[in-house]
Amino acid sequence: MLSRVADALYWLSRYVERAENNARMLDVNVQLMPDAQMLNHVNIHQHWESIISSLEDTKLFEGLYTGISGEAVVDFVSFERRNHNSIYSCFTHARENARTVREQISTEMWEQLNRMFLRFRSGEAEGLFRSSSYDFFKWVVEGCQLFNGTTDATMSHDEGWDFIQAGKFLERADRTSRILDIKYHILLPSGERVGGNVDLIQWMAVLKSCSALEPYRRHYRDLVAPWKVAEFLIKDQNFPRSIWFCVDRLDQSLHRITGIDRADHLYKVEAERLSGKLLADLSFITIGDVLQTGLHEYLDTIQLRLGEISHAIYKGFCEWLETPAASSAADAA
Amino acid sequence: MVGLFAQYEEGPFFDEMFAAGGGVRSHYQRLYNRFTEMSAEDVRRKHLVAERAFLTQGVTFTVYNDQEGTERIFPFDLIPRIIPAAEWELIERGLTQRITALNLFLRDIYHEQKIIADKVIPAEIVRSAVHFRPEMVGFSVPKDVYIHICGTDLVRDGEGRYLVLEDNGRCPSGASYLLQNRQAMKRVFPNLFARYLVRPVDTYSSDLLDLLRHVAPAGVNDPAVVLLTPGIYNSAYFEHSFLARSMGIEIVVGADLVVQDDRVWMKTTSGLKRVDVIYRRIDDDFLDPKVFRKESVLGVPGIVDVYRKGHVSLANAIGTGVADDKVVYYFVPAMIRYYLGQDPILPNVETYLTYFDKDRAYVLEHLDQLVVKSANESGGYGMLMGPQASAEERERFAKALRQNPRNYVAQPVVSLSRAPSMCEGRIEGRHIDLRPYILYGDKISIVPGGLTRVALRKGSLVVNSSQGGGSKDTWVLHE
Repeated sequence: MLSRVADALYWLSRYVERAENNARMLDVNVQLMPDAQMLNHVNIHQHWESIISSLEDTKLFEGLYTGISGEAVVDFVSFERRNHNSIYSCFTHARENARTVREQISTEMWEQLNRMFLRFRSGEAEGLFRSSSYDFFKWVVEGCQLFNGTTDATMSHDEGWDFIQAGKFLERADRTSRILDIKYHILLPSGERVGGNVDLIQWMAVLKSCSALEPYRRHYRDLVAPWKVAEFLIKDQNFPRSIWFCVDRLDQSLHRITGIDRADHLYKVEAERLSGKLLADLSFITIGDVLQTGLHEYLDTIQLRLGEISHAIYKGFCEWLETPAASSAADAA
Repeated sequence: MVGLFAQYEEGPFFDEMFAAGGGVRSHYQRLYNRFTEMSAEDVRRKHLVAERAFLTQGVTFTVYNDQEGTERIFPFDLIPRIIPAAEWELIERGLTQRITALNLFLRDIYHEQKIIADKVIPAEIVRSAVHFRPEMVGFSVPKDVYIHICGTDLVRDGEGRYLVLEDNGRCPSGASYLLQNRQAMKRVFPNLFARYLVRPVDTYSSDLLDLLRHVAPAGVNDPAVVLLTPGIYNSAYFEHSFLARSMGIEIVVGADLVVQDDRVWMKTTSGLKRVDVIYRRIDDDFLDPKVFRKESVLGVPGIVDVYRKGHVSLANAIGTGVADDKVVYYFVPAMIRYYLGQDPILPNVETYLTYFDKDRAYVLEHLDQLVVKSANESGGYGMLMGPQASAEERERFAKALRQNPRNYVAQPVVSLSRAPSMCEGRIEGRHIDLRPYILYGDKISIVPGGLTRVALRKGSLVVNSSQGGGSKDTWVLHE
């Protein structure tokens, strides 16, 4: 397929996934606030700050808002158009990408994206948020899931679909690692101990952000324990939002695109080599190793490696987008 | 007249639905009955259903200089235009005759130029045509077809005669709206539609694909066909995408293509793949910065060279724009007589060429009664509506056409036919035209009907979407 099209499908899918994860994260944190009434002002402040810093958008946020508060953070992550990664921006980008490849995706997929975008543009989405933030986040998450379901059910599972899967799972792996990382940024209130009530509530929030609380409970049949949460979200092989699961599906899609059999442990492009290597690392590392490295440091490395894979995908499949014909365009611009 | 038609006035025009005196024309009777059963609210609801479908599906065109929401839907009028079989048969014969002559004309002026030698059309007119491409002289296009896809605009005068207003032989747009309008009508009026024997339009895309495959370079058995678009910001992008999708071909932008080893290639995830036929929706000017406009970033450097070597086919061919020139249009009836030895079946609108001294004198004297058009502008731009224009505007045009007489034509104001249309909850007469789409491959085929454009502003004669125009579904009846 056309490289430009592959690139657009990959990115439209990443943006949809990003929108969904933003909504998940905000939802849980907004809901967490009543439970955190016992936190003092400083703690609440830190709580929201952690979200912004996990998104690596602190600088932009500070440039746009005067103080940090729940309202400001939610607005920044949901509706702020100058934030390239806000939910509104994500739908705008996803739709713009879809528009350039309108004929490659199903009508239903386009309609779903267009509908989501139009509701943001008309202000309807913000109105919904004002009347119930819960309903708003739920609407976003469901809208994205409807898009994913529609994609699975109405688009041919050919190369284009695999680029969509690659984008979705790479983005999801990255976002799960960030959600898990939020816990690193939140400090426990003084007097609270690790493993205490507040600590536990926060770990549960992390799981809820990923729809993982119930699967976690079924898996461990146990109380929520920090290292187990990390283990579950990093290494579980059946839960569709764990990093291992996402990297596994990413690797599968890349191999389907190149036509190389995974069972042969071979690769054709660099992106496959990197995803295979990351998958192997995730398979063989223990949660003990992770904690020894430091959870935050480990997650940082994961994000970095996902970034490298994304770059390699571009190099491997789309690099010639910048060859001769485009260079004359660059000259004129 | 009753119901929504209660206050309907035919006015001093040819009305598509009502004969002089107010009787409903027989082919409109069922439609009339159906609409008289409905209240304004019923119609409004149906209209909403149709518009929502257009918006969600992204059936839009782009409005330039409009920051927020650059896409608008093309206003759709619920009341279809109906063409009886006998009328359509005449249109079909007339258009077939016309495109045959135009094509022979293009073949001729890019080769022997016999029509010039025989003094049917002055050499100066052809050579000074903005879209005449000297680069193409002596070059033979595949299968001798220049205009593969043509949109010819027809209007009806006060007596209901069909006249040709202009030919669009470069990249005519609008076919997708015709297909979408039909879908919308079927959805909104399923029963009414079923009761009329309407000729289907859905073969347009497959006919177009057949045509594109037909013009592939010699020796290519299974040609790779692509549609070349200027990109998503082009006003007709929806159409490009729609057509590519319905033909199952790739839609590409200039940057997706590259010329290497005398071939055109597209950049794919598995490397470069050869392209054989390009349905290009980019004007000649932007096609190849090496040959035409140097600053064009939309085209593909080197593509014209590959075309001239016969390794890639373009539809339409390069250089067809000369036939769109409104001064050349004047000579089409003469071409029909010259090449085919026949009388034109569909006449031109009466036209004065300011290039001729006698005509120019007449035009200058009657500016307040004529429509003056520049030879190479479209979309309702660059024209003077004499009767409505201010003295100042008329003076400006008078000066312009004295300075550059080659560049203008003038026509009497044609009182375009009117068709009942929904206007703010009532049905009123609005002026319409018709753009049928002609496909020229191994045979000439015309999709039954075409795009009926309607000037929704009261009294307006301008049907272009950029100037408040909308469209209607067009029903050609089986009998």
